[in-house]
Amino acid sequence: MSANTQAQAYLVSAVLFILSLKGLTHPASARRGNFLGMIGMVIAIVATLMGSEVQSYGFIVAGVLVGAVIGGVLAARVQMTAMPQLVAALHSFVGMAAVLVAVGTFINRQITGDLNAVLMSELSAGIVIGAITFSGSVIAFGKLQGLLSGAPVRFTGQHALNAAIGVVTLLLAIHFAMTGSMLSLTVMTLLSFVLGFTLIIPIGGADMPVIISMLNSYSGWAAAATGFTLHNNLLIIVGALVGFSGAILSYIMCRAMNRSIINVVFGGFGSDAGGGPASAGAVAADKGVKSASVEDAIYWMEDANRVIVVPGYGMAVAQAQHALKELMEMLEERGVEVKFAIHPVAGRMPGHMNVLLAEADIPYDHVFEMDDINPEFASTDVVLVVGANDVVNPAARTDQSSPIYGMPILEAGKAQHVYFLKRSMRPGYSGVDNLLFYQDNVSLIFGDAKDTIEGMVTALKGSAH
Amino acid sequence: MPDTLLALYVFVLACFIGYFVIWGVTPALHTPLVALTNAISGIVIIGALLVAGAEEASGLTEIMGFFAVLLASINVFGGFLVTKRMLAMFKKKKK
Repeated sequence: MSANTQAQAYLVSAVLFILSLKGLTHPASARRGNFLGMIGMVIAIVATLMGSEVQSYGFIVAGVLVGAVIGGVLAARVQMTAMPQLVAALHSFVGMAAVLVAVGTFINRQITGDLNAVLMSELSAGIVIGAITFSGSVIAFGKLQGLLSGAPVRFTGQHALNAAIGVVTLLLAIHFAMTGSMLSLTVMTLLSFVLGFTLIIPIGGADMPVIISMLNSYSGWAAAATGFTLHNNLLIIVGALVGFSGAILSYIMCRAMNRSIINVVFGGFGSDAGGGPASAGAVAADKGVKSASVEDAIYWMEDANRVIVVPGYGMAVAQAQHALKELMEMLEERGVEVKFAIHPVAGRMPGHMNVLLAEADIPYDHVFEMDDINPEFASTDVVLVVGANDVVNPAARTDQSSPIYGMPILEAGKAQHVYFLKRSMRPGYSGVDNLLFYQDNVSLIFGDAKDTIEGMVTALKGSAH
Repeated sequence: MPDTLLALYVFVLACFIGYFVIWGVTPALHTPLVALTNAISGIVIIGALLVAGAEEASGLTEIMGFFAVLLASINVFGGFLVTKRMLAMFKKKKK
């Protein structure tokens, strides 16, 4: 295949990738979008393999086969609740691949004597971005998987340390670009790995949706940098698309928390405070919070006109989405309208709740974004908050001293009755006490969300109308 | 126009396309979006193929290329398949 034919194939492939992302505008066109992406990838790979630059295939075939098996198994086995971890792991692979490609390209070009300062600065960019993506994603994975504490790790001089590492890395990159020194390259690579680690370790669990999006963005920029190195326009285009996708999602997540990206990256909310669930009821009584039974909630729900469910990470942890679907059906049989209200940052990655509800077969026309459903809370009989906390906390509107002040919330408190399904009185990830608990129309039902909802279903079955 | 400048043109224009396309994605599909962009960022596999398959590739770069191909393929296969799996769940909901 000539270089021109190859470039034409890459162009087709780039267009397919753009159409692929465009397909996600609506669930109905999304599957076709995904398919177009696959076609684009196949064209790109075949065009590359048929080009004159690829001379031996043994390692390539082996790599693709092993990768296909691992990727296929991961995709087939992963639980929907573990999607954030999988995504973090996949980001780390792109980062590492970009590093390996850049270093490998350097060594190959050294042999052919085809090196210059521009190329070496592009290589440095690929290595630095790739390495930060890799180690940052590994940390994000560890936090999401529970291997590391979700609490932010902070120490004095942290920003100074990061800045120092950043500056030294930059100097090494310049030195490498000017001299091609292998030592500078090696130290620069190692420091970039360290930087990814020190940048992500201070970020807490509540900010995970932003971090996932940010690392998504980095993995795109890493691909784009690789494209600059190889003078490959397809990589540059795709890298830019992915980079922007992650950047926009990060922006949307930050806006949904009323925080700046700088604040997320360098600040961090309070930690995931400890405290056992054992004495939850007692603590609740101390604080003047009402706790309620499943029967109380059922009493109001079965005669309601409308029930709104607010799912959060607690639903994911308890795997309560399937029980919720059953509850929805029982209530609908009784003529109750059931809707689901989703805050943009509920869960651990953008849109996580939508996927979990979809997994449980809850129709997507029952699922509403914050701005669409907020006006309806005031005319709703019962709101069921399933493992969400910060996203319904009125402190965000009323308490100027609160760290979450100014964050747009779901106005659950305006409903007639609000039932919180919670395991304990522990505050949400922001570490802020929830003012809603103390409101007259609000009760807490303690226990595992799945058990509680299953209890509701059983109770409803018992009370035949 | 020098190659690098041309590449910059492509990059900047692609950024604009990315900007406009991504804003069109419905929030309900943000998780599939992340998974799909993950899969397509596996496009670094092209770089990996070039490293692993280069004529001048030695033992060391062949091994590096092999691992780069391996990692990028996990992304490509894992990313597309998991996106497919998620989107299939959204499919069944149509009333």
